[in-house]
Amino acid sequence: MTTSTASVRKSRSFVRSINIPPVFYFVFVIFVIGIALDQIIGSGDILTNPVILTNIFVRSVALGIVAVGQTFVIIGGSIDLSVAYTISITSVMSSFMMQGDPTKVPLAILVVIIIGIVIGLANGLVITKLGVNAFIATLGTSLILRGILYAAFANFAGSVPKSFETLGYGAVGPIPYSIILLLLVVVVGWLVLSRTKYGAHLYGTGGNIEVARLSGVRTDRVLIAAHIICAVTAVLTGLFVVSRLRSGAPWVGTDGLYDLESIATTVIGGTALAGGKGGVWGTLGGVLIFGIIDTVFNQLGIDPYLKIILKGAIIVLAVASYTIRSKQEAA
Amino acid sequence: MVLENNKKTNQMIQNKTPIIEVQDITKRFPGVLALNHVSLQFHAGEVHAVVGENGAGKSTLMKIMAGAYTPDSGSIFLQGGKVSFAHPKEAQEKGVSIIYQEFNLLPERTVAQNIFLGREPGKFGSMDLRALNTEAENILKELGADKIIEANALCKTLSVAEQQIVEIAKALSFDSKVLIMDEPTASLTLVEVQMLNDLVARLKARDMAVIFISHRLIEVFDIADKISVLKDGEFVGTVLTGEVTPEKIINMMVGRDFDHYFPPLGDPEDFGDVVLQVKDGSNEFLKEINLELRKGEIVGVAGLQGSGRTELAQALFGAMPFKKGSIEVYGKIRSVKTPPDAIKLKIGFVTEDRKAEGILPKQSIRDNMLLTVRSLQPLFGFILKDGVRKERKLVPTLAKEVDLRTNSYEREAQFLSGGNQQKVVLSKWLASDADIFIFDEPTRGIDVEAKAGIHDMIRELTKNGIAVLMISSELPEILGMSDRILVMRDGRIAGELPAKSNEADVMLIATGHTNGDLLTEDNQKGEEA
Repeated sequence: MTTSTASVRKSRSFVRSINIPPVFYFVFVIFVIGIALDQIIGSGDILTNPVILTNIFVRSVALGIVAVGQTFVIIGGSIDLSVAYTISITSVMSSFMMQGDPTKVPLAILVVIIIGIVIGLANGLVITKLGVNAFIATLGTSLILRGILYAAFANFAGSVPKSFETLGYGAVGPIPYSIILLLLVVVVGWLVLSRTKYGAHLYGTGGNIEVARLSGVRTDRVLIAAHIICAVTAVLTGLFVVSRLRSGAPWVGTDGLYDLESIATTVIGGTALAGGKGGVWGTLGGVLIFGIIDTVFNQLGIDPYLKIILKGAIIVLAVASYTIRSKQEAA
Repeated sequence: MVLENNKKTNQMIQNKTPIIEVQDITKRFPGVLALNHVSLQFHAGEVHAVVGENGAGKSTLMKIMAGAYTPDSGSIFLQGGKVSFAHPKEAQEKGVSIIYQEFNLLPERTVAQNIFLGREPGKFGSMDLRALNTEAENILKELGADKIIEANALCKTLSVAEQQIVEIAKALSFDSKVLIMDEPTASLTLVEVQMLNDLVARLKARDMAVIFISHRLIEVFDIADKISVLKDGEFVGTVLTGEVTPEKIINMMVGRDFDHYFPPLGDPEDFGDVVLQVKDGSNEFLKEINLELRKGEIVGVAGLQGSGRTELAQALFGAMPFKKGSIEVYGKIRSVKTPPDAIKLKIGFVTEDRKAEGILPKQSIRDNMLLTVRSLQPLFGFILKDGVRKERKLVPTLAKEVDLRTNSYEREAQFLSGGNQQKVVLSKWLASDADIFIFDEPTRGIDVEAKAGIHDMIRELTKNGIAVLMISSELPEILGMSDRILVMRDGRIAGELPAKSNEADVMLIATGHTNGDLLTEDNQKGEEA
């Protein structure tokens, strides 16, 4: 092989590796439409006011973090419906344990992370070892968590100390910590998926569990780990949410629709619900779409129910466009 | 070089220390004794074919050797030492690799990622992408396939043969001493089979033991040094390829003569009117298709993989309709744009891929048989009592017609053998009173005996005035069954041959080795004959 063909190959593989997920075209289009609407019927603030632009991201942080975890389990061919309650339990447990005392923050964080690991482990074990369908298994977990939550907490419980609120409200210069947190989670997620053996095994497991097993991948462990990762991202989201709300309540996870929206944004991002294909950058795109819609609707003061309809339409549209695309590729 | 290697390997075979040996293996599945005290030896530098009917236990034996199943009793010896594999990975690590019948590649991942799945290079859990690609390229180079296959191409973009090569590359990457291939040629074209044979020769020269299962005896004879026959889970015998004939092998497999393989051809005088005619049919896969199908005749459609055979069937059935041209059924131009259109015109389509398109595996035999009939009923109508009674009578009648023996029609179709599933698919179309049948690979993956049964049935259909279009990649089947042969190439019908043509004629047209003018002359002769 000559050096020139080698370099051509290399550059081609480089281009392939920075392949922009198609969802970002949607992000762009929706952003442009949002700005146009804002210019025509709104105040035109979105472009001129950097706070609003930042706000798009900040709104996306809570959903974005857990959606990264959801992307992991979905790539692995599984699903996690219990994230909303994991978020609730995290927020309410942590604020209950902190009781406004900064010295109790580390312990509280440790405890909720352990809770997250236990939830993820339970999900993973039930799915892999007992062979329960992931949808049913995590639905069961949700109900169990719900029961526990509402039995223990009826309302907002405890509060977070001022120092902990920095996570939700603080910033380095113009960049809020929360955005850094989100990007950190996305980048770590991306690295794990694309640059580690675990990532390769996860794609393998989701793509065809039998193939992966016969190739020597310990698929059970891979899936259990994915569920733990997902639950831990839910815990991170829960911590962020409680730092914004200053106190946790048992309904914050479900009210935020984190279960369904994390699945929706993952799928909008191009991750196949059947598993084996996709990635976290696409999911970030899906999350940004939701963030833009939320922000624009807020700015324009439009009926929020219309927003839900629009989100629904976008889910269907995005997935349909992927299906059509992959059909064209096949032909 | 190769000659020298062959000499060397021959000497090795004389040495008789088997690289892998199974002794007294027994494996029982619920209701079936899959393997009954089977002992076999395989040697390095030797290509060893294992043949037998479906259900003979070949695949089970291979899976045991590869660690995918554990035997109930018996032992495996690797280079003289007793081993037991709890997981396929253990077998792979000890140098025993297997390539399964169904492809085991991840379509959405690259060639390199597939080859090294589970063993990606890199430290501390990280994956070294560069090493991954270079190592994959090296292996492809070793196989002489680096020009054809790019290490970072997604597997879904590869052809079936290329995927096969990737599978072999994957096995090689384990530094395998034993490579087991389950039906490696089942879906390859002749050219690709040749390519695979060359590869196997390379592996053999590297002193590997290549073990493969095949239904195609021709290939077995082309490539194997030794042939072992299994029958009903029992070992029948091992022979040197040079010392036997295919007839002998078939006898060992079934105890039946080769001659009885195909039913007699139809008598051209019995062929009736043209029932189906296509004029200039074209779509994105097919160009200028012109064909005629007469009552009572079987028209075979041959051609290489990708020549448009299946696409033709799908066009006729409305699954991928023609965009241009016309279809005439009984002399009337008809629109066939969807499968229901075709079903209403009494066209039946027995698909190639039974599992994906032919049967509903979790439904009962009864429901499968009645699927087409019911699809013709109004969507929201009830199945009336009268209908239920009719169905009750219909099912045994159909079963009798296709010679399906079962103790209950409520059994789920997935538990039937390949041959019996095919009978169920056939009966579903019989139930709909179809009188034009399209068969796409009617006997793929079906054992010899059931094959003969299916062939008899197809011929029997024509005696009732049914017209049959039969697509097959197995030339003996095409030659043995067809009253007329259409050969496809590049989406066109490249030529037509009369019954009893020989294999060479078909292959010449299919591979494009004759020029067009000659072909048209051949056509006319063929039609006159």
